[in-house]
Amino acid sequence: MTKIINIGMNHETAPVEVRECLAAEPENVKKAISFMRDNDAIKEGFFLSTCNRVETLFTTECVEEANEGIINLLSELGGIPKENFLSNLYIFEEMDAVNHIFNVASSLDSMIVGEPQILGQIKDAYALASKERTAGVILNRLMHRAFHVAKRVRTETGISGAAVSISYAAVELAKKIFYNLDGKKVLLIGAGEMAELAARHLMRQGVSSMAVANRTFERAVQVAELFHATPVSFDEIGTQLTEVDIVIASTASPGYVVTHDQVRTSIKKRRNRALFFIDIAVPRDIEPEINDLNNVYLYDIDDLKGVIELNMAQRKEEAVRAQSIVMEEVVKFESWLKTLSVVPTIVSLRDKAESIVQAELKRSASALAEITSEQKEVVKILARSIVEKIINDPILVLKRNADRPNLDTYLDMTKKLFSLDNSGDNTT
Amino acid sequence: MAFFWFNLALFLELLASGGFIVYIIKQQKWVYRWSNRILLAGLICHTIFLYYRYYSLGTAPVVDLKSALCFFSWCILCIYFVFQLRFKLMVLGSFVAPFSAFLMIISFAIPLVETPVRPIFKTLWLTIHVGSVFMGNAFFAVAFLSAIMYLLQERHIKRKRLGAFYDRLPSLATLDGINHYSIVYGFPFLTFGMITGSVYAQLALGTYWQWDPKEVWSMITWLFYAALLHQRLVAGWQGRRAAIMSIICFCILIFTFLGASLWLGGYHSFNEFGAPSKL
Repeated sequence: MTKIINIGMNHETAPVEVRECLAAEPENVKKAISFMRDNDAIKEGFFLSTCNRVETLFTTECVEEANEGIINLLSELGGIPKENFLSNLYIFEEMDAVNHIFNVASSLDSMIVGEPQILGQIKDAYALASKERTAGVILNRLMHRAFHVAKRVRTETGISGAAVSISYAAVELAKKIFYNLDGKKVLLIGAGEMAELAARHLMRQGVSSMAVANRTFERAVQVAELFHATPVSFDEIGTQLTEVDIVIASTASPGYVVTHDQVRTSIKKRRNRALFFIDIAVPRDIEPEINDLNNVYLYDIDDLKGVIELNMAQRKEEAVRAQSIVMEEVVKFESWLKTLSVVPTIVSLRDKAESIVQAELKRSASALAEITSEQKEVVKILARSIVEKIINDPILVLKRNADRPNLDTYLDMTKKLFSLDNSGDNTT
Repeated sequence: MAFFWFNLALFLELLASGGFIVYIIKQQKWVYRWSNRILLAGLICHTIFLYYRYYSLGTAPVVDLKSALCFFSWCILCIYFVFQLRFKLMVLGSFVAPFSAFLMIISFAIPLVETPVRPIFKTLWLTIHVGSVFMGNAFFAVAFLSAIMYLLQERHIKRKRLGAFYDRLPSLATLDGINHYSIVYGFPFLTFGMITGSVYAQLALGTYWQWDPKEVWSMITWLFYAALLHQRLVAGWQGRRAAIMSIICFCILIFTFLGASLWLGGYHSFNEFGAPSKL
């Protein structure tokens, strides 16, 4: 009896020291795949390695031997002795393995639930497995179902909906204010990793131009070069406020860089066009009271963190809904898997029928020599459709009983009734 | 026969409103698509009803409150579908459809009194006057609804509590845009409707203006909308202030429509329309 096994480790079960050993070498994936192909115990194999997880998925008839082989493989790939990582591994069999793979593909098992990269990584890993011909009937079907589940989870739940990083949250807010960022202008005050990241995201969303202000003009020029932006001096911030639409502030200044009065006068000059401030500096750069002005929106670092927490909680809620989709698909896969056991019998039944048709047509060939080729065609179709009608019901009965415990009796009976064991061997 | 279409339209519009409310909660696109289709079917029935009434009365069916509300509701739905073509804003229906269905329910609840239409109303002037005023009003109704949506969304963003509506409502810029266009398009309709009304009064009653309460209140409404439009176009008002102003304007408009027609008397009063002529 073939079993589906999944052995792996993820960010929850294994510390980064263990995971990095396995993730380090890109060559590892190829090694693993060729190992699986060459190992006699393993029929089909799939190997995935990312910075957050290692997953091996394979089908086998001798579980012990295959598991042993895979664990040795991992130890070899990572260059770590078995005992050091055995406790970090999980081993899932059969439907648990299917469930786990569906969860992984749907990004329900990810460190950041709902992140989209994992599906791409799985697709790449599967592409390699099918190129190297380690994926067969079962894994092909399993992986395609996994992609299908991932798609359903993504479209039917809001799991990857809301932003879970500061910079994305800022971009999302900007979109809720301006709808479209095309042609909008950004002012970046100060510099810092997070501010630059937010600026980069905004640029990607179509922001047309950017100005960079810094206490020292030289630094402003440096940062501006990164973004093809215009450097401006600190004193120009006031005039910039009438031009730009989004301001990102992250300076080390102890006091406010942008004041209430400045914004109030500028909002008049800009004829009430909306102005969005993102203050990621601690201590804050922008006077908090400006949020009370009409058409001015201010989010500081804590506000953004609050947004993210909310989004995280929302994703967790959606994950519960996603689980039920996964469950549903696991059941579907299970019933497909069970039909697999009747496939060989159905194939030999069909083969036998076909061979009878061929033999009988050959025998009657001389008697039918007189008739036209169209009539011959009719005779062939007639013969074939009679045979197909006869074997159709037995096939349906087999398929219907595929997940019953007494399936073997049915298979046995079918083989006896149609004496498949003798002729089946000849034809297949 | 005509009221069969009325009832069918009412039924479909209620169904669509229910659908739109389910859509805003559940956020499933197919619910939106079906609600929109049902609403369109409702609008078609509604149109057939108005067409029947137009022919049986010999003039636009607007001279009693029941018909007027029904016609108002029809105008709002028309504007909704026009905006839908331009903005493709799915959530708009969740506000507009219930509003126009609500008007239909009131219309349904008012008993029908079949009185013969006075000859003074059997003229194209009535249709043009009332039709364009109501089209203007329908634009203002959409402006009003989008202003409410704007204030809801703005509150979410300002308070930094991104609740359920935050995801479901569109961006502030979009809502402000809808409000802006509704006022910009609605105002010429209202103005044109008032001018034709005045000409109609001159032709039918011999005077352009007679300080009828509804005339006065219409003028007040017009002035408020003119002020809003001016502030928007010239002073650069947008966002919150414009939204609040368009809500105030719409309240005045509703008072003009209902209050002046029902309680203040005058020749525009619905009570007067059916009564034997004193003029």
